[in-house]
Amino acid sequence: MSKERKIEVKPVVNESGIEIQPLYTAADVEATGGWDMIGEPGDYPFTRGIHKLMYREKPWTMRQYAGFGNPIDTNKRFHYLIANGQTGLNVAFDLPTQIGLDSDDPMAEGEVGRVGMAIDSLRDFEVAFEGIDLDKITVSLTVNGSAAILIAMYLAMAEKRGYDVRRLRGTCQNDILKEFIGRGTWIFPVEPSVRLVGDTIEYCAKEAPKYTPVSVCGYHIRESGANPAQEIAYAFCIAKAYADEVLKRGLDIDEFAGRLSYNFNIFGSIWEQVAKFRAARGLWAKIMKDDYGTKDPRSQWMRMIAGGGGGGLTYEQPEVNIVRGAYYALISALAGTQTMALCSYDEAYTIPTEYSARISLRTMQLLIEEMGLTDTVDPLGGSWYVETLTNQMRSKMVEIMSEVDAQGGIVRLVSEGIVQAKVSAQAYRMQQDIESGSFRKVGVNCYRMEEDEKKVEFHPYKDEDAEIQIDSLNAVRASRDQAKVETALARVAADAAAGVNVMPALVEAVKAYCTVGEITKRLVAVYGRYREPVRF
Amino acid sequence: MTRERPIRVLLAKPGLDGHDQGAKVVARALMDAGFEVIYTGLRQTPEAVANAALEEGVDVIGLSSLAGSHIPFCRKLKPLLDENGLSDRLWIVGGNIPAQDHDALRSIGVHGVFPTGTRLQEIVEFIRGRVS
Repeated sequence: MSKERKIEVKPVVNESGIEIQPLYTAADVEATGGWDMIGEPGDYPFTRGIHKLMYREKPWTMRQYAGFGNPIDTNKRFHYLIANGQTGLNVAFDLPTQIGLDSDDPMAEGEVGRVGMAIDSLRDFEVAFEGIDLDKITVSLTVNGSAAILIAMYLAMAEKRGYDVRRLRGTCQNDILKEFIGRGTWIFPVEPSVRLVGDTIEYCAKEAPKYTPVSVCGYHIRESGANPAQEIAYAFCIAKAYADEVLKRGLDIDEFAGRLSYNFNIFGSIWEQVAKFRAARGLWAKIMKDDYGTKDPRSQWMRMIAGGGGGGLTYEQPEVNIVRGAYYALISALAGTQTMALCSYDEAYTIPTEYSARISLRTMQLLIEEMGLTDTVDPLGGSWYVETLTNQMRSKMVEIMSEVDAQGGIVRLVSEGIVQAKVSAQAYRMQQDIESGSFRKVGVNCYRMEEDEKKVEFHPYKDEDAEIQIDSLNAVRASRDQAKVETALARVAADAAAGVNVMPALVEAVKAYCTVGEITKRLVAVYGRYREPVRF
Repeated sequence: MTRERPIRVLLAKPGLDGHDQGAKVVARALMDAGFEVIYTGLRQTPEAVANAALEEGVDVIGLSSLAGSHIPFCRKLKPLLDENGLSDRLWIVGGNIPAQDHDALRSIGVHGVFPTGTRLQEIVEFIRGRVS
């Protein structure tokens, strides 16, 4: 008889609150809901991937976040990234552009071109995308508060260059509800903000049906303190709120659901993250089929971008963030993402330099070219651990979504600052756990060292870039047809006041070279400005 | 020596930066340490920060900046603090503040710089040590 040795193991609970066992068997999969939600790649409920062949057919799109200074600088960076093998663009705008201010607005001083490219008028988009084939390189616009104006500008720019807008692909972030939870580039109050998102979805469904007008972001909710299950659950509640807004207008769900997409965070445990995405894919498909009655499988696809995880990166020992980024890319590939925008190692300091963006790009290319990540679909599928955790994560998400509904829905919870207070309290607890050492961060609460920070090369901010931008704005103002500008702005105000879809008026206004600031002012006059509920 | 009233801290988000997770975490930590915290919310101008500091009669003025505009903002805030008789208040800045900017901020008049990664207790102790 062998002598049994009793081994004590420390309990492990993942961030979403699920206890992790030292060993899994098929019985655990059965006990947590079985195999019903797994299916095959390309088939409902798409847990294993939205396409049958996934990366064997086409690797994920590589879309590093880029943009700074003025459109001339940014156009150069775009060409650099494309020359280095990037397959999509992910455009960063400066804060004035994101909250609807022109570059010469007093509030914009010191911020023009700082964290992204400054855009004032259609002229700037013409310069920024010069020489870029919009059929080959799809463009994602990271903008929310002023998204409707910038979508109008992008479509107008493409049309002017001779592209057929009905066939044009691209994405805009345009997820305003999460801006009230984290990131903070809101302009208008919650209700008209949601209506504006509805306007963009409705307009694109009719006029630019290949364009993705919304990328619903769990990403920033996670950055604000949500756990991985909450990240997905809140994002789904938000996406449902937008879908409901559009359905009210009489569109059929299959006319637009296929053009919704997601932007998710990636930092944390590899297993929890992979299970999170697999669970989310199945759950979204089920919601769209059972609750919304979609018929088109595309309407049930949870298409996503994932690769950013700023909250996981550290200020300490920044070069170690290169390795963290490599694991994040691995997670994203194992989870079956459509697009990656990998965070860069200098993110805790500033926006990426050309060098750090290239390292991120090469990290993704390594997985494709050397590591076999594109060889087979859903390589972790069938693992008893991963399938059990996928079932458990899905149950958690359902539970959180039911709580939101029971409390009056996401729009109410966001308007009253309740979600904000909840995730902020969690962020504080997490910070305390990091400081006490109970939540381990390498280089932060273990393996710390004295270091010379000068090793990090920073992206420089140049005041001259802002001056160039203001000169160019003045030149546009001086050369445009002022009567057309006034007529177009008057129509924006009138359509907003009448409560009709403002997109046609916005397209006319940007074509007349009205500026982001001028258009925003007219909309604010009708919609008002958001007042932040500061709750703890 | 015991103070007659708790230490009052103004926490502001300067400029257009919308990243407020850090500011809210610091606000909670300071409240747990027994301080009174007035959090302004987003998009504060230098004038708004100086006015709030004056009206609230705070002992500490804290700015949380993650989008890089900390130096130009502090340059504009400095004369406003001087004009309003607030130059004796403890002035601290935290967030994404690269090491190369720390000296520049101190030369403007900032007393303490707390970059990402700072322990909350360090901020609490710094304030306790300087405000009596």
